[in-house]
Formats: sequence, C-alpha cells, structure tokens
Amino acid sequence: MEKIFQKFAFSSATLVFIILLGIFITLFNAARPAINEFGLNFIVDPAWNKEVPITTPQAKTDKSVTQSAVSNTDDETVDVNDFGDDSDDMMMQDEDDTPTKTIYGGLVPLVGTIFSTLIALAFAMPIAMGIAIFLAEIAPKKIATFVGGAIELLAAIPSIIFGMWGLYYFAPIVAALFGGFQVSLLTAGLVLGVMILPFMAAITRDSMNTTPDILKESAYALGATKFEVIKDVIFPYSKVGIIGSIILSLGRALGETMAVAFLIGSIFELPHKITDPTISIPVALANNFGEASGLGMSSLFYLALILFVMSFAVISFAKFYFLRKAN
Amino acid sequence: MPVMNIKKFSFTYPGVSDPSLKNITLPIKKNKITALIGPSGCGKSTLLRSMNRIHDLYPGNKYEGKIDLLDFESGKYKNILDIKKENEFIKLRQQVGMIFQKPTPFPMSIFDNVAYGLKIDGIKNKSELSDRVEAALKGSALWSEVSDRLGKSAMGLSGGQQQRLCIARAVAVKPEVLLFDEPTSALDPISTAAIEELIVELRNDISIAIVTHNMQQASRISDYTAFMYLGDLVEYDKTENIFLNPKEKRTEDYITGRFG
Amino acid sequence: MRRLLINKIILTLSTISALIGLAFLAWILVTLFVKGLSSFHFSLFVNDLIDNGLRNLIIGQFILAGMASVIGIPLGMVAGIYIREYGQGRYANLIRNLSDIMMSAPSIVIGAFVYAIIVVPTGHTSGFAGSIALAIMMIPIVISTTDSMLSLVPKELREAGIALGASKYKVIFDIVIKSAKVGIMTGILLAFARIVGETAPLLFTSQTSNYFTLDLTHAFPSLSVSIYDLASDVQTSSRDLAWAASFILTVMVLVINLTGKFITRNKK
Repeated sequence: MEKIFQKFAFSSATLVFIILLGIFITLFNAARPAINEFGLNFIVDPAWNKEVPITTPQAKTDKSVTQSAVSNTDDETVDVNDFGDDSDDMMMQDEDDTPTKTIYGGLVPLVGTIFSTLIALAFAMPIAMGIAIFLAEIAPKKIATFVGGAIELLAAIPSIIFGMWGLYYFAPIVAALFGGFQVSLLTAGLVLGVMILPFMAAITRDSMNTTPDILKESAYALGATKFEVIKDVIFPYSKVGIIGSIILSLGRALGETMAVAFLIGSIFELPHKITDPTISIPVALANNFGEASGLGMSSLFYLALILFVMSFAVISFAKFYFLRKAN
Repeated sequence: MPVMNIKKFSFTYPGVSDPSLKNITLPIKKNKITALIGPSGCGKSTLLRSMNRIHDLYPGNKYEGKIDLLDFESGKYKNILDIKKENEFIKLRQQVGMIFQKPTPFPMSIFDNVAYGLKIDGIKNKSELSDRVEAALKGSALWSEVSDRLGKSAMGLSGGQQQRLCIARAVAVKPEVLLFDEPTSALDPISTAAIEELIVELRNDISIAIVTHNMQQASRISDYTAFMYLGDLVEYDKTENIFLNPKEKRTEDYITGRFG
Repeated sequence: MRRLLINKIILTLSTISALIGLAFLAWILVTLFVKGLSSFHFSLFVNDLIDNGLRNLIIGQFILAGMASVIGIPLGMVAGIYIREYGQGRYANLIRNLSDIMMSAPSIVIGAFVYAIIVVPTGHTSGFAGSIALAIMMIPIVISTTDSMLSLVPKELREAGIALGASKYKVIFDIVIKSAKVGIMTGILLAFARIVGETAPLLFTSQTSNYFTLDLTHAFPSLSVSIYDLASDVQTSSRDLAWAASFILTVMVLVINLTGKFITRNKK
C-alpha cells in the first residue's frame, strides 16, 4: 500500500510537468504549419488574414523557401507602387486571376497584448500601492481589516464582470474624456488595470505587513516620519514581495481574456493612437477559434504558443528572482 | 538632577479597563543608568515605551500624570504627555532614543544605518555625515570591526554587532536619554558582555534607562534600580540598596528568586 | 518643516488613491447589483436559456466545475502531498515551481490546449473537454494549497507518529492531513470559487448550450460562456439577461469565498 501510494503520488506530481510539456508540444505542433510558413517573421508582420498574390518568380520556382518568398512578395508590392512602369503588369496579373494566398502575422495582437498590459500596470500600480500603504500603515485596524477583506473578495469576482461593466459604464466616460472610440486600447487597458487592482493591492499589502513592528518602531524612535518609515524601511524590507506582486499581476494581465474581450475592439489593425481599437492575443483566440481553419487556425495556435511562452518567461523570471533573493 | 521625571503616571492600553501602570513616580537621573526590573507583565516595558511615546504608533492609549523631560537647550522641563504635533514627536524621539529586544538593522548599508537619523534630520554635508558616523561607531566599539566595509549591507553582521550598530545609530543623533528594552535578550553571553560594557561607557554622555529580566545584569551595570510588580512601582533606590538591603518584602522575595 | 509636509502629502495621496480604487470597485459592485437585481426573477431558476431562463446554465456551470473538482482535487492533493512529504529536494522544488508557473498560465491557452487534444480528435466540443480544461486550472491551485497547509504541520507530529511504529503513509493520512484538514478544505473551496467563474477556458471546449443536458459528450451549458454571448448581443433583453446571469455568477463565487473565509476564521 505504502509503495503504491508513493508511486501514485510521484505520478501525480509528475503530471504537472507532463501537462506543461504537453501544452508546449501540442501548441507547437498545432502551430507548426504557420511556423513553417511564416517563421519568426510572424512576430513583426501586421497583416492578418490578408490575400496576397503569388507573383514572384522565386515563389514559383523555389517553393521550399517559402519564408523568403513571403518577404519577396512584400518587396515586389512596394516596387510596384514605386515604379509606375511595372504597375501595368501588376494590374494585368490581378485581372488574370493570379493565384493568391492568405498570410497571417501576429504583430497586431502582440502589440495589443503588450500595450494593454502596460496601460493596465501604469494605471493599477500607483493606486494599488496607495491602497496597500493605506491598509498597512494608515487605516485604523478595524477599517483595514474590513476594507482589506472587501478588496480580497473583489479580487475573486469573475473577470467577465469587469468586461461588461467596462463596456457599458466605464468606456463611454473614458471616450468622452479622452476622445476616440469606446472600444480601444486605452479602455481595454484601463479596465484590465481595474481588474488587477485588488489582486495587486492585496498581495502588496501582505508583503508590507511582513515588516516586523520592531523594525518600524526603530525608525520611528530615531524621529522618522511615517513616509520615511515606509520609504526607507518598509519598502526596502518588502521589496522582493512587492516586485513579485507586480510581476504576478503583469502575468495575469497578459493572459486575461474576458475583461479585454468586450473592450479592445477586436480588429486586426495596428493602433495609431492609444484611443484606437485593436486586438490582443487572448481576444484573437477567443473570437476567432470557432471559425478558423487551416493556416488561420494554425496561426491562432502560433499566437497561443507565443502567449504561453511570454507568460512562462515572466513567471519564471519572477520565480528566479524570488529564489535568488530568498537564498 | 533628573533628566526625566515621571510623576503619578498611569497608563491604560486600548480596550482594557484596568490601567497597566498605576501611579508611578520615578526619576531618571542624569548620566546614570536606571534599571527597571520585575517579573514579566509587571509593566516595565510599558513604562519604558511611554518615555518616548512609541506607544502612540498604535492609537487609543490613555495617559495620566506627567512625564517631564529636561530640554538641554532651554534648561526647562516639558511634559512629554502634552505632545500632540508630529514635529514635537520627532523632536522627542531625537531626544529620547531607543534600543529594542532584537537587533533592528535597516535593510541598507552599515554607513546608511548609522547615518539614517542624521540624514532624515536634514544633514547632507558628506564630511559631517562621515565624521559623525565614525564617531558613533567608535563610541559603540564597532569601528574597528566594520571600518573596512561601511558600504556593505548591515544584514551581514553578527547579532551582537548588529545590536551595537543599532546603538551607534541611536547615539549618532546625540540623544539626551537612551531607552534599552532588554537589549541583550537575543544575544550570546560574549556579545552581552560587550553590550553591557558599552552601556556603562555611554553613561558619560547619555542618561540611560534599561529594562532587563536579568537581575545580575541590573546589579552589574545600573546605578539605580526600580522594582516593579503588577503595574506598581514597588521600590526605587540605589542599586546596591535594592540588591543588598531591600526595604520591601516583595523586592526581597523577587531578587532572592522566591518568585518571578 | 519640509519633511512633515512631504509626509502629509504622500499620506494624503495614498489615502486618496485608496479611495479612488475603492470607488472603482464599489462602482462595479453597485452596477452589478442594480443591473442584476432589476433583471432578476425567480423564473430564471426554472426555465432554461431557450425559454429565457438560466436553469440549465447554472446547473451546467456547477457540473463542469464539479467534474473538474472530481479530477483535479485528488490529483492536486496527492501531488501536493508528494512534494511536501515524499519529494526529494530538487525534484519536489522543480514541481513546486512548475506548478506555480502553471497556475499563472493564461486560461485561454489552456482552452486552446484542450481544444487541440480533445475537441479536435473527437470532432466536437463537449462538457468533458470543458471539465478537463477547468481541472488543469485547478490542479496547481490545489497543489499549492496542500503544500503550504502541510508545511504548517509541525515536524514533531510526524516524528511522534513514526515513533509509534506507523508507516509513513499511515502517518500522512491519519495524522498530518487530519491536522491540516481545515486549511486544505478552505483552499479547495477557494480553488473551486476560482474556476466556477471562469469563461476563457470553456469558450471552445464546452462551449455552451441553450438546452438542459447532462450529456458530457456534447456541447454543454455554461453560465459564464453564455454571459459572453448574451452581453455581446444587440438585443437589450439579452443584455439584461446577461446582467442577471452575471449577478448570479458573482453571488455564487462570493458566497463560496466567504464560506471559505468563515471556516478559516472559526478555526482560529
């Protein structure tokens, strides 16, 4: 019995490893057609589901070098626009029903993901720090317990609620204040910020609370003000935890789907202004998975793989940082 | 001449009906060491923590009576229980420093630890800062051990060194009174001896009040001793009188080890 | 004094930002309650979505999360026991770290993974696929709870058990887990609360259904996924239904959370 349980326990623990590896391999496999077709160019290509003609001789003669063929196609199009002489040929070819192919690039959702996350952090960080300072150092104990408990509960609210509220109540106000569309990078980022706010505030407060009373008292006993105690003793003491809380929040914001899905606009276009609509990786997955097929589907998996790797990198970095500091 | 005069002082913690200190009257004499002894829960730490009003970090305490502190600049006594404004609190804590049960190095370099009180007080001049840090470290018998690594984190020091660092940090702001709250309770015997020696030396410049649960320590280093029991000051006298010839039965029972 | 002024300013700013943050969160809650309650009706619990009710969705959501728990809780607990009680240093630590990373993996990616390994081979979405996706989300949460709760059990208790001649397995089940029971249960409740409100991993695994069904091999009704559909609908009546559904979903999540907190408090 002992042996059997131990084996079972070992297998369950190993399951974690297998699932993570499985996610990576599965996503990679499913993304492989897109990876083969577009390579790393995918990351910098803003086109999504765009028909481009296959006109270059290289593409016809040398099909194995598909990646260079794609970039050559781009070059060709630019050339066509630059030199009027060739444009006739181009027109001809178009009318001739030249074979076209659909290309997919991940730049737009990648930019949308990164910028909505950055906006969320920029918005949430100062407020979360303020809440944490208020709860840990300013508020009387009873208020701190009550408000702290409320904030922890708010961190548990399903993210889709934040999205709905954001779309129908918050976005109109943001659009009125800053101009632009109600669905935009800005509104999506801000709602994302509101969503990570309670989480970030709660764990920042927890880190600040690990500072021993006696250490704070020592600083007060030297004549320090509350702000000086926070700045010189509490923050340095709980630095690792606070940075960790920010990185964990960043990880949450990166992968968040529902709070953003209502608000980002879901169009594959690079935003020129912060108030323009665009799309993020999770939203691209959520909205297009159902209808996609073939290379489009594979490209979505490519996006999922990129998101997975990004989140993995961010969290491992945080873990590594914790580990190094803890030792 | 006392630097601090505690008169008919009572103290009540928030949410408690009975006072934890009852009608205490006690002088802290200038350039002397006054030890507060008594069994746990007798109120000795509570009394010490009233002397720089560190209690006030947590709201709801009730004070009665007076604690007069001699202001060296004006030569006048001032009741510290009247203090309400933040800047007066800061001044009080610069005049009355404190050392805690455990070493409390701040998460910064050795130099910055000692310079901390000076920096927040607005001293920016580099050479003045390093002079005063050096003087404080020398005064705390730590200079020779750390002079070559002032920029290193204070966390790397041993417990005894950390406690002397905290004393240097408190001494650097030139307080009138230093309060020691069982400063050696977390230290080994050798470090304890070094701290005791240091406290005795500090007496030349600073008046000292020390809470200790260690009666030998009180008899070794203090000039005056106050024995407290259940929130009352039972007896206050010269240390030799308390230990050799106590007037009160309860004092005698305690120092002979019959209770506590 | 300048430093006193700075102190005042910073503390005031902190308090103000705390108020701003709380105001936002209160705004969301008030919106949810006002909109949710105004569209709330008890018939929602009687009818299915096809008749403008939510009955099938609420039951479906619980079944999905319940199935996920049936899979995820034992696996997570046993894995947590392994890394705390059996694991040898490095390997246990590796799993612990990987589990933490897995906990932060984007839920939509987990959805995509389950889509690829279950939905594609079987050819259609299913309640089963949705449960698996939620179970994958749940496992690391349960591992981390079990791990940290077991770490609170004093070593002496284990040694005392071993000293009486009990096997390690006996000691773990009869002594260690019993003394960490309340903490682990609370953690599991919170893990359940976390997955019961999830939408993203269900979008293309279980999808949702307008009808009542207990058949896990086909598209399965999900409250959260239907909220997404209804809320994006042009019809006002659909959106009102989405608010009512959101209200119910939030109340469910909060009640489970509060229960967890209540248990912990009573223990102390």
